[in-house]
Amino acid sequence: MAADRETAALRVRDLHKRYKDVVAVDGIDLEVRAGECFGLVGPNGAGKTTTIEICEGLTAADSGDVEVLGLRWNTDANALRQRLGIQLQETQLSDKLTVLETLRMFRSFYHQGAPPEDVIALVELQDKRHARVMTLSGGQKQRLALACALVGEPELLFLDEPTTGLDPQARRQLWELIEEFRRQGRTTLLTTHYMEEAERLCDRVAIVDRGKVIAMDTPGELVASIGAGHVVEFPADAAIAVDLGALRGVEGVRDARAEDGSVRVQVVDLQRVLPALLAEVRRQDIPLTELRTHSATLEDVFVFLTGRHLRDE
Amino acid sequence: MNDHPLVQLTLVRIREFTREPEAIFWAFFFPILLTAGLGIAFRSQPVDAITVVTSDPGLAQSLRREPGLRVQHLDEEAARTALRTGKAALLAAPAPGGGVVYRYDDTNPEGRTARRLADQAVQRAAGRVDPVSIDDELIREPGSRYVDFFVPGLVGLGIMSNALWGLGFSIVDSRRRKLMKRLVATPMPRSYYLMSFLLWRMLMLAVEVGVPVGFGALAFDVPVRGRIADLIVISIVASTAFSALALLIASRARTIEGVSGLMNFVQVPMWIVSGVFFSSQRFPDVVQPLISALPLTATIDALRAHMLEGATLVQLAPQIATLAVWVVVCFTLALKLFRWR
Repeated sequence: MAADRETAALRVRDLHKRYKDVVAVDGIDLEVRAGECFGLVGPNGAGKTTTIEICEGLTAADSGDVEVLGLRWNTDANALRQRLGIQLQETQLSDKLTVLETLRMFRSFYHQGAPPEDVIALVELQDKRHARVMTLSGGQKQRLALACALVGEPELLFLDEPTTGLDPQARRQLWELIEEFRRQGRTTLLTTHYMEEAERLCDRVAIVDRGKVIAMDTPGELVASIGAGHVVEFPADAAIAVDLGALRGVEGVRDARAEDGSVRVQVVDLQRVLPALLAEVRRQDIPLTELRTHSATLEDVFVFLTGRHLRDE
Repeated sequence: MNDHPLVQLTLVRIREFTREPEAIFWAFFFPILLTAGLGIAFRSQPVDAITVVTSDPGLAQSLRREPGLRVQHLDEEAARTALRTGKAALLAAPAPGGGVVYRYDDTNPEGRTARRLADQAVQRAAGRVDPVSIDDELIREPGSRYVDFFVPGLVGLGIMSNALWGLGFSIVDSRRRKLMKRLVATPMPRSYYLMSFLLWRMLMLAVEVGVPVGFGALAFDVPVRGRIADLIVISIVASTAFSALALLIASRARTIEGVSGLMNFVQVPMWIVSGVFFSSQRFPDVVQPLISALPLTATIDALRAHMLEGATLVQLAPQIATLAVWVVVCFTLALKLFRWR
């Protein structure tokens, strides 16, 4: 399973899928290299889950080509299933089984894999191994779901929204497990709508919106690509007239938008631009009750590319 | 061996069932309670004497010779009240010219019986001699009582409802939880998944059939006149037919409500026509071929013939064949229609 960075673990070409009158996937191309952690990032309904489920062989595409570990679903499904680990977005495992019983069942489906006890130790559920699934917390259930995906020692791991609904601590615990898997040189494809998750875990991300990949690169390159190192934000409700054009005219401002009662200005760097920006704010007589700045993130990349926020969809 | 997927999946079925206390109650204790209740309600007992009243001492004396009557000698007013309030089934009074008048409600079977018994007593007291001599032979033998009729019906009903509810609910629940989709994402052979349900049903059969048959035998002397091996074969074939039917019913449904509706739609007509509580022969002749083609009718007919008449598998070939057709048709359709996610 040593990773050869040059070979692709997953290749997707010109994928299309529509449900009745909704186009879920509208011509997606992807290439996930062996050994990398690749993220599909985008708002809910962007087509991430449909794309990953087509790659998992659970949903049939309308057209396009999917090659997983050099194999194809219509000819090699059984061989492929042995080599993949899959975590679905909303599986509820059987409430009445214990952690160990659940993992023994999953382990029995694979020709080779890790002993269930080892995987339980890996996801730190030793204390809970005889506890029924219904008694586990959300984070523990999510770790058990990950353990079920890992018990067959997969070469390629698919994770669909692995940390959705978890508290920050449980989320960090899961991140560490995914990073550990990557350190072993194995490949992961995950979907998320948490930008900080993608930035922390993924070597490369594809930003997906309305069934299309609108940008694909390392998180760092994507942030750099919008040419704005920082974002300045201040509240301005509808009653206040803001001349966005004048704000955009300030030197070093890449973009300025008003949304949800606040104004977001993307700037090249704070030190040079902020004084001029504040002067413009004073000139427009905008009452400044609050001012926030942060380094640009993938979230800002999404806003820059689409004009919309990730989470409000 | 213990880690064979089929073993693991079957263990899951057993664990999910035994860890649900309500399921165990409905599957095992409810049939016992029902058998006990009906067995006691319909137990064979000597017929109670019927109360008749009269205000005439001579008539009272004549009537007392009939053991089937309890005779009360009251004054005229009290006798009329007893009849009116249903405390007596008949009032006998002397009529002018040496005759007798019977007052009773002829729409009440007890009234009609009282009329026959009273008249016989009165006529015999007056010197009538019956020209033909009569002997009564009473049948209260095990095998012909209501409880004997009912226990095989209950066993059949149990096989049906346990297979349908047990299988239907687990399948739809695991589809609803996306657990089925998760299993399909593993290399698990899909046939093992379905087979685990069948194996689980086979294991449960020992209890489902054993408990009511054993309880009937111990508490009410309900006979099992056929061979035990034959009873096992009948039960397995019946259970497989209902499991196949359950797979078909649950093949598409995504919600518990949806599958419950279908289950009731399929089961309720069979509860009524298949002879669980009363003989299916009571329905018109035109629908008899239809009724005997139903899986519950075939199951109950086979069980009754086996337990009460000691029928062998060869004699039960029509019922076994009917059930086999249900197995094949339902499985084939279910596999075609089954929604794996």
